Amino acid sequence: MAITTPVLAAIDQTLTRRRPPSTVLYEWVSTVDHKKIGLMYIAYGLIFLLIGGLEATLMRIQLAVPNNHFVSPQVFNRLFTMHGTTMVFWVGMMVLFGFGNYLVPLMIGARDMAFPRLNAFSFWISAFGGVLLYFSYLAGDGLYGMGSAPDVGWFAYAPLTAKVFSPGHSTDYWTLSILLSGIGSTGTALNIVTTTICMRCKGMKMMRLPLFVWLMLVASFLVFVAVSPLTAAQIMLIIDRYLGAHFFDTQAGGSAVLWMHFFWIFGHPEVYILVLPAFGFVSEIIPVFSRKAIFGYPAMVAATVAIGFISLSVWAHHMFTVGMGPEGNTFFVFSTMVISVPTGIKIFNWLGTLWGGKIIFKVPMMFCIAFLFQFLVAGLTGIMLSAAPFNWQLSGSYFVIAHFHYVLVGSIITALFGAFYYWYPKVTGRLMSETLGKWHFWLFIIGFHLTFDLMHVPGLLGMPRRIYTYEASRGWGWLNLLVGIGALFQAAGTLVFVYNLVRSYYRGEIAGPDPWDAWTLEWATPSPPPAYNFAVEPTVYSRRPLWDLKHPEDQDTEYE
Amino acid sequence: MMQTSSTIPISAQVEPPWVLPSRGVVGMACLIMAESAIFIIFVVAYIYYIGRSLSGPMPAQVLELPIFSTICLLSSSFTVHYAVSALRKDNVRGCTLGLAGTVLLGAIFLTMTGREWYHLIHDFGLTIRTNLFGTTFYSLVGLHATHVVIGLTMLTIALTLSVTGHVKETHAERLDVLSIYWHFVDGVWVVVFLVVYVLGR
Repeated sequence: MAITTPVLAAIDQTLTRRRPPSTVLYEWVSTVDHKKIGLMYIAYGLIFLLIGGLEATLMRIQLAVPNNHFVSPQVFNRLFTMHGTTMVFWVGMMVLFGFGNYLVPLMIGARDMAFPRLNAFSFWISAFGGVLLYFSYLAGDGLYGMGSAPDVGWFAYAPLTAKVFSPGHSTDYWTLSILLSGIGSTGTALNIVTTTICMRCKGMKMMRLPLFVWLMLVASFLVFVAVSPLTAAQIMLIIDRYLGAHFFDTQAGGSAVLWMHFFWIFGHPEVYILVLPAFGFVSEIIPVFSRKAIFGYPAMVAATVAIGFISLSVWAHHMFTVGMGPEGNTFFVFSTMVISVPTGIKIFNWLGTLWGGKIIFKVPMMFCIAFLFQFLVAGLTGIMLSAAPFNWQLSGSYFVIAHFHYVLVGSIITALFGAFYYWYPKVTGRLMSETLGKWHFWLFIIGFHLTFDLMHVPGLLGMPRRIYTYEASRGWGWLNLLVGIGALFQAAGTLVFVYNLVRSYYRGEIAGPDPWDAWTLEWATPSPPPAYNFAVEPTVYSRRPLWDLKHPEDQDTEYE
Repeated sequence: MMQTSSTIPISAQVEPPWVLPSRGVVGMACLIMAESAIFIIFVVAYIYYIGRSLSGPMPAQVLELPIFSTICLLSSSFTVHYAVSALRKDNVRGCTLGLAGTVLLGAIFLTMTGREWYHLIHDFGLTIRTNLFGTTFYSLVGLHATHVVIGLTMLTIALTLSVTGHVKETHAERLDVLSIYWHFVDGVWVVVFLVVYVLGR
């Protein structure tokens, strides 16, 4: 299947001699190579995925039966705070930026990121933030003996975060670690934008960029305008807690609602920062496994940019219950509904790519098909929640939890798993096992639907989020039990995935440079790519440079 | 028709040269975008809390228009621009002078801010804990002053290198990136000035 492309093939100088572990460790810690940094991001994110998943499993065990006392209420508060914070900042951001780091320079024919040392700095500062967050379990007590890990919820509403209501240091660890993560994310986003704009190889015009690069570009712009407000809000919170200022101090006239606005100005675009790279994975995988060029490339780019802009004006749909008045409510209802238009364009284009294609059901493609269905459902419940009167009923219920887990797990994590199976051969030179992959797929998808389809129901029946336990008479018991069983299925699937990752590294089938017969530039390098990526800087003439090389008689340039 | 087509050489092979923007400028533009978002949040908080302090002192009682320091900071934009354009023309001496002027003007601005803060704390007892005005004033002006300090540090390094003869014409682009940051700090001051000293008083 693999067709060699002699012009682009690099001279492979991978060292085969075994080196002492200290040398290897030093090489990884001191590296500024975008591929190694990308892999460190991904590995770090995966470790935190297991930690965050464990926290979720503990919560589901606690909620599986009524009147349960598996964990104490205090521990439960810490679990959901740490689960949300971990999953958003140290799993989502880390893994997606890891893929961005690894793939963007390869896809645009560059030898590294624009600022390699800033890249390493961004990774290590974010990584330090995650360590700081979990260090709170040891040190959060401080001198007060006031609880260990943060327990203020992942959006940490004021005035709960004030010194009076959250004594001790746990909230300080939360705010400092998020501040560090914000600095790291901004640095990486800056790097990705600069790389995409300034490091493209000859002929790689903006409208020839692979869609994944476009989506990373827009997501990175969103990081500037969305993560920075969170950084600013964290600075204010730190000033409040340490210098006795009154930003969110309601006793001195400060406003708790202002924190909500600042948090959700970050919080909603953050969802798009996470989901856009997932769209990128799907936009790369679906064409290759349908054996067709992506349908409606310019529309995809335009829809991406539109999502980026509109996502900045929807944040207060998280705050309908605050009482913003009819004008505010109306605006945010409509802006939220409008965002489903560019998103719908994307879904239609993916379907258009599948339509009439020669679809190959390998594991990456299976995950992408699951993504299409699950993302559609996530979007539909999103439109339901965007209607303010409906939202008043269900805000803060398990219906909301089910909705956003459909986005985060059903769409982002699912697409991410597909991306792992798709790019693993490029990174390691070996294919992941298809059999284990199918086990992973079915276990995870069955578990996902068991958990999150059913989770909508207790929400509709009135089960609020973040409750520690509930009375048997509520009638939510059997639903929560099934939800908990689904969580175990997902955990099992994830463990199969981790086993597959490790096993395939040693035993996987040798992949060669281009196992999927794909078209973007990263497949023109050997697997794994050498440190300099391309021995000869490539020149591209169309959106599918490798198609052009493999099919000299049928150039893409004639159709674009 | 034949004549026209034979006299005008048309070649489909001629492509425009592949030129990409400077990494430094694009990177700085990204940083400015992120920083602007941070400042916008602080400015929004400031505007939102105008007149909401539960106790005094109020801005109208204690704030004076910092006309002189504003003039100093805004003129430093011109001196840093002069330094960059002098270096582009290989005029290292002019560049050194421009940088020295910028550092001097920036230092005057910082000193004036320090005096203003001393005056507010010492004479009026206004600290960051006093009321919402103190909270928002010191954090917004302080955030800007932090950026002035960072800019001044980098400009001082550039000045030191320039005085010791390490700066060449080839460094013009790097100095340009630094000057963009400095222009941004100046631009933010215009907003801070309007919000804090004009709108807020």
